[in-house]
Amino acid sequence: MSVPRYWREEKPRYRLMGEECAKCGAKYYPKTPVCACGSTEFKPYKLAEMGKLKSWTVIRNAPVGYERFTPYVVALIELDDGVQILSQVVDVEPEAVKVGMKVEYAFRKVTEDGQAGLLQYGYKFRPVVD
Amino acid sequence: MKTLIRVGIAGYGAYVPMYRLKAAEVNRMWGTSGEPVEEKAVVALDEDTITIAVECARQAVKRSGVNPALIGAVYVGTESKPYAVKPSGTIVAEVIGATPSVSTADYEFACKAGTEAMQTCIGLVGSGMQKYAMGIGADTAQGKPMDALEYTAACGGAAYLFGPAEESVAELEASYSFVTDTPDFWRRPKEMYPRHGNRFTGEPAYFKHITGAGKALLAETGYKPADFKWAVFHQPNAKFPINVAKMLGFSMDQINPGLVSPVVGNTYAGSSPLGLAATLDIAEPGDKIFMVSYGSGSGSDAFVWKVREPIKQRRGGPKVKSYIERRKYVDYATYLRHRGQIIA
Amino acid sequence: MRKVAVAGIGFTKVGEPWERNVKELFAEAALGALKDAAHTEVEHLYVANMMGAHLQGQIGMGAMMAEAIGRPGLPAVRIEAGQASGGVAFHEGVKAVASGMSDWVLVGGVEKMSDLLPEAVATALVGAEDQEYTAYTGVTKTGLSAILHRLYSHEYGASPEEIGWFAARSHDNAVGVTHAQYPFKLSIERVMTSPMEADPIRMMECAAVADGAAAVLLGPADKVANGIEVAASTVATDHLSLAARKNPLTLIAVKKAADKAYEIAKTKPKDIDVLEVTDDTTIDGVLSLEDLGFAEKGKGAKMVAQGHTTRTGEIPTNNFGGLKARGNPIGATGLYQIAETVMQLRGEAGANQVPDAKIGMAQSMAGVGSTCSVAILRRV
Repeated sequence: MSVPRYWREEKPRYRLMGEECAKCGAKYYPKTPVCACGSTEFKPYKLAEMGKLKSWTVIRNAPVGYERFTPYVVALIELDDGVQILSQVVDVEPEAVKVGMKVEYAFRKVTEDGQAGLLQYGYKFRPVVD
Repeated sequence: MKTLIRVGIAGYGAYVPMYRLKAAEVNRMWGTSGEPVEEKAVVALDEDTITIAVECARQAVKRSGVNPALIGAVYVGTESKPYAVKPSGTIVAEVIGATPSVSTADYEFACKAGTEAMQTCIGLVGSGMQKYAMGIGADTAQGKPMDALEYTAACGGAAYLFGPAEESVAELEASYSFVTDTPDFWRRPKEMYPRHGNRFTGEPAYFKHITGAGKALLAETGYKPADFKWAVFHQPNAKFPINVAKMLGFSMDQINPGLVSPVVGNTYAGSSPLGLAATLDIAEPGDKIFMVSYGSGSGSDAFVWKVREPIKQRRGGPKVKSYIERRKYVDYATYLRHRGQIIA
Repeated sequence: MRKVAVAGIGFTKVGEPWERNVKELFAEAALGALKDAAHTEVEHLYVANMMGAHLQGQIGMGAMMAEAIGRPGLPAVRIEAGQASGGVAFHEGVKAVASGMSDWVLVGGVEKMSDLLPEAVATALVGAEDQEYTAYTGVTKTGLSAILHRLYSHEYGASPEEIGWFAARSHDNAVGVTHAQYPFKLSIERVMTSPMEADPIRMMECAAVADGAAAVLLGPADKVANGIEVAASTVATDHLSLAARKNPLTLIAVKKAADKAYEIAKTKPKDIDVLEVTDDTTIDGVLSLEDLGFAEKGKGAKMVAQGHTTRTGEIPTNNFGGLKARGNPIGATGLYQIAETVMQLRGEAGANQVPDAKIGMAQSMAGVGSTCSVAILRRV
């Protein structure tokens, strides 16, 4: 696993930081060099931490580095500010997941680089705890 | 011990993972019949001390309303560091937005590491070196299969953001630390599980240090147990905190709200901080709280807190009770998997 | 721009030829295409391959394959456009001939997936997605399709079985196909009782790990006797991430590539006699049918379930088994589709022949529609 690649994405992944176009207000997560409106001026934008689930799947045959977490849920989530994000949804049985379910940000371990390498942390989502 | 500048808790946060292992399931596995707690909290596959610390820290910051950039210290106390070398605190500080003008470190003092981190923060804020400092106790404690600790070694934590007393939810009136070299429990490098001295962990260790610290702080402040609405003691099981409360003259009514070990287990560095969080969840302004931690090795930190008016506005979001009630039971095999003990 | 024709086609049997390497597979297909064209001159070589860097640790496949076909020194380059590499390489070849830069261009694709274990193949396949925010979640290519599958059922009320029919129909067409990986029938019952791969997509709704190579020789239409003319070749892209798409159920890249191809070829969906679409999973096939203009949005699954895509239906689709049954050796797949379309237009499809097929379409797609190529071929 590349350490600089992990490090570079820390703030966006740890804090759900995206960008907002300074001209048209379009929100991006992850950030993008050029807005659909043509502008290249952006300001930091903190994503909403709550959202609802639009669709999901259950990964049973995982890519390398994710095998020890199967089965796990990956969902397309629409955040309360309208931004869409793809994320694992944890602390829920696959059978209990429903379209429209309210979910919130959770900070979790994403993968481990073997026994000795870096631990990767970042966002996942979970059913809202209240 | 008293600070030069009055210090209080600006915000607090707690977290207990969702999974539970019942003592009965441990008994089913080994044909035993112990029940030092009813059940204990177990991490999900993707949780560890760092993720627990982050959950607690985020809630503490959110409740405090403090700009995270003003937090000058983040200390994580734990005996289950995900990295042997690399601070957990840097990750927590990065997530909450306290970097880069911040001091961080990981503290180790068995079950007392959390309150040790808190004491350090109190010193920083109390001396005027920092306006805000965060101390966290969090653990994913290890219990060897078939060992007595397997019933109790649990996962969870709590975070305390310290700041000026006048804007706090609870003011620190005084604190006291009591330490001797008493090797009742330890874990050597590269060992998966700690060793302990069995009954030696009781009288010369747990009870001696908690009563030592507790009595000294009572003497220093001039308070009597009856002056406190609530009390919290380190909770390695369900029985010890009840016994030590009696020894010091505290009642069940005083310790009940913060006695979470029967249903959460011993969250080690998170234990008494979690008990304090559960107590703050129900406390009223003006209530005094007496708190004594214990860490093997051994030592205790004792605190006197006085709850303030802002508590009512600063305990939104999930309570300790919410996390306790959010639970899913796992069988022994699933427990081993969650603890990374099934080699695949 | 000159008119371009397909002068020859060649391919290997799709499967798991354990003893053969990528060079041997590629050479068999490429030499087959030259033999089929009865032509020896080649001026330029395009090599379509997606995952060689992951699976064999091999890049530089241009030079490697020029040498493999006995022509070291030939101008050659590898084309990579995810799972659409084959279709996009075809498009580049067409441009090279149409522009007049080259007369004879060989376009070959190869993928050898059986060299690594399934988790490594899944990692390589999700390599076509954004690594930091899509692959990061642990999702697989099939998982992304599954998210669309559930969204589709939810939005349009299609049953999982209606969508599952796509796999059964593809298998029906593979029976007796000598180059197919799985040349046998697969009942809808077996599809729907197979294990979950990525809910709600079942294992028998997914193309499997496959090795194979396919190639076509392109030349100027006026120099190719009895050739099949390339009436249109287009490529379009969409947001790489599903999350960045406002309506993920419309595959914009497919729609754009198709609309432009129809315009260039001056044809409409109803003019197409034979169709090859990307059914990496059942839902990929259903959405492709819709966005290529063969079914209304939300009606594609029903259309397949009701039999309108069979050899005797409205739009005979995946006539040799598609990705599911002929097989999906990724970088080669787009070129299998072209070769099979050519077989239909030449009337050389044997038992799989759609009577009097004159116009055919082949659609190659990366991921869940991040890149799409469309080719319309016409018998002249």
